[in-house]
Amino acid sequence: MEHRSRSFYVLGAFFALFVLFLYGPILTIGILSFQGPQGGLTFPMNGVSLHWFRDLFQEQAVGDIWGSFRRSFALGLMVMVTTVVVSVLGGLAFRKRFQGATVLFYLAIASLVIPSILVSLGVGLIFNQLGLPVHWASSGFGSQLTWTLPFGLLIMFAVFNRFDKSFEEAARDQGATAWQTFAYVVLPIIAPSLLGVALFGFTLSYDEFARTLLTSGSYNTLPLEIFGMTTNVTTPVIFALGTLTTIFSFCIIGVFFLAVWLMSRRRDNSSDAGKGMV
Amino acid sequence: MTKQITAWIQAAPMALVLLAFLVAPIVMIVIVSFWGATEYSIYPAFQFDNYQFLFGSPVTYTVFFNTLKYALITWALTLGIGFTVAYFLAFEVRSLKWQIALFLICTIPFWTSNIIRMISWIPFLGRNGLANSTLISWGVIDAPLEWLLFSDFSVILAFVHLYTLFMVVPIFNSMMRIDGSLIEAAKDGGATAWQTLCHVIIPLCKPGIMIGTIFVTTLVMGDFITVRFMSGSQRANVGRLISNDISLLQYPSASATAVVLLVTVLIVIGLLLRLVDIRKEL
Repeated sequence: MEHRSRSFYVLGAFFALFVLFLYGPILTIGILSFQGPQGGLTFPMNGVSLHWFRDLFQEQAVGDIWGSFRRSFALGLMVMVTTVVVSVLGGLAFRKRFQGATVLFYLAIASLVIPSILVSLGVGLIFNQLGLPVHWASSGFGSQLTWTLPFGLLIMFAVFNRFDKSFEEAARDQGATAWQTFAYVVLPIIAPSLLGVALFGFTLSYDEFARTLLTSGSYNTLPLEIFGMTTNVTTPVIFALGTLTTIFSFCIIGVFFLAVWLMSRRRDNSSDAGKGMV
Repeated sequence: MTKQITAWIQAAPMALVLLAFLVAPIVMIVIVSFWGATEYSIYPAFQFDNYQFLFGSPVTYTVFFNTLKYALITWALTLGIGFTVAYFLAFEVRSLKWQIALFLICTIPFWTSNIIRMISWIPFLGRNGLANSTLISWGVIDAPLEWLLFSDFSVILAFVHLYTLFMVVPIFNSMMRIDGSLIEAAKDGGATAWQTLCHVIIPLCKPGIMIGTIFVTTLVMGDFITVRFMSGSQRANVGRLISNDISLLQYPSASATAVVLLVTVLIVIGLLLRLVDIRKEL
């Protein structure tokens, strides 16, 4: 084994502590969600059971959890698809220089730094004054896009900055139309990055709280429902819910990484494109 | 179709969303901040009552001071931790595979729920929580510490927990772009590791530090939920002032506070950009 300096071990220990700091609390509630029926919100464990998970699946026990989960899931998918499509279009637009590009860029950056509660409040006010009902699928959807689109656009910038234009030129030289060039050359090359955009779109929407607070109307999304629970639920059922939704998030993240990995592996194996050039 | 028109059509969806859900709401807030309110409704007007009340109340200044205090302390902590973590990943971990794996471990929590991550501190910090019982069993303290949960301490702890990532990612990105030969040159020139850090690495990381700083300060200044939850409603920041007004249906007053918050955030960003010329650094 190669020799490592002392700084490696010191910094490595610091990094390990940081990871523990990141994941320790969530592991704690993961363990505590298996509390026995008489157990409380903190240690010690009062027996081990699935009692609190069972509670979650009983309809009346706690709020409208499954309804809010379905809404959050649907909203996440809507935001995800929209974010991918709009960000790719935006990324393509920024590759050609156009009038107003700077303004749009600064708007997107502003969208990231403006406090979320302002978006929530403003959108709520507009809908009220126009006499439109606020609903998670209309006002909530739009508000969440102001958070996911800038991330999508920035990822597309990073993607197109590294994009080799000679691929497109080659396609064009072969007589491909603009659409064919995009569909058969550009899109397959950027596809793994689009999965990244999709991951941001879905997870940021699924977990968003502030922007949906005043814009989701009478039907709560899951984060809103969970927050409501924190004020009136004092049993480990909230830990069980937290554990489940975190596991769900981990699964979603895992699926995306798996998809990226499969995609890059298939590309390495199936195509000999470019190999003759070496 | 000319290139220009194609580009416009492609940029249009993004522009429309941002106009409808970012620009219009901000304009609306500015307008409503001059309106009046009764107990149950708001009416159009052009009066400065909301601002007069806001600037006339000593609470406002305390709360703004508190907000800036949270931002400053969180910034210092996230920068220190974030820089160290990024440094470890970029310069001490040598294989790309490990760098990517460890980097992902740091970023995965970003894709999970902030609220759950806040809730998960409770069994840790509570009066009978893990921290207190551990310290008592070690004999460090005799009675449980009361300031662990529902205090400034827990608020800042949660901020650091939630937002350090926003420092790690841009700083790591800057570090990965540093040409290795620069560091070798510094070493060959006789610089100590510390000198290399201060005179080569940190200056080259400025853009990343800047981006992280802007993210962390604006997120902390605009927050209301972390402060409310982690302080058990015992501490206030500007975001909570706004959300309290909202829950009392005092939208004009909430809007006036929101406008002042927005201006404060923009001033802070302006100052930050003045400190480091970001265009020169890019």
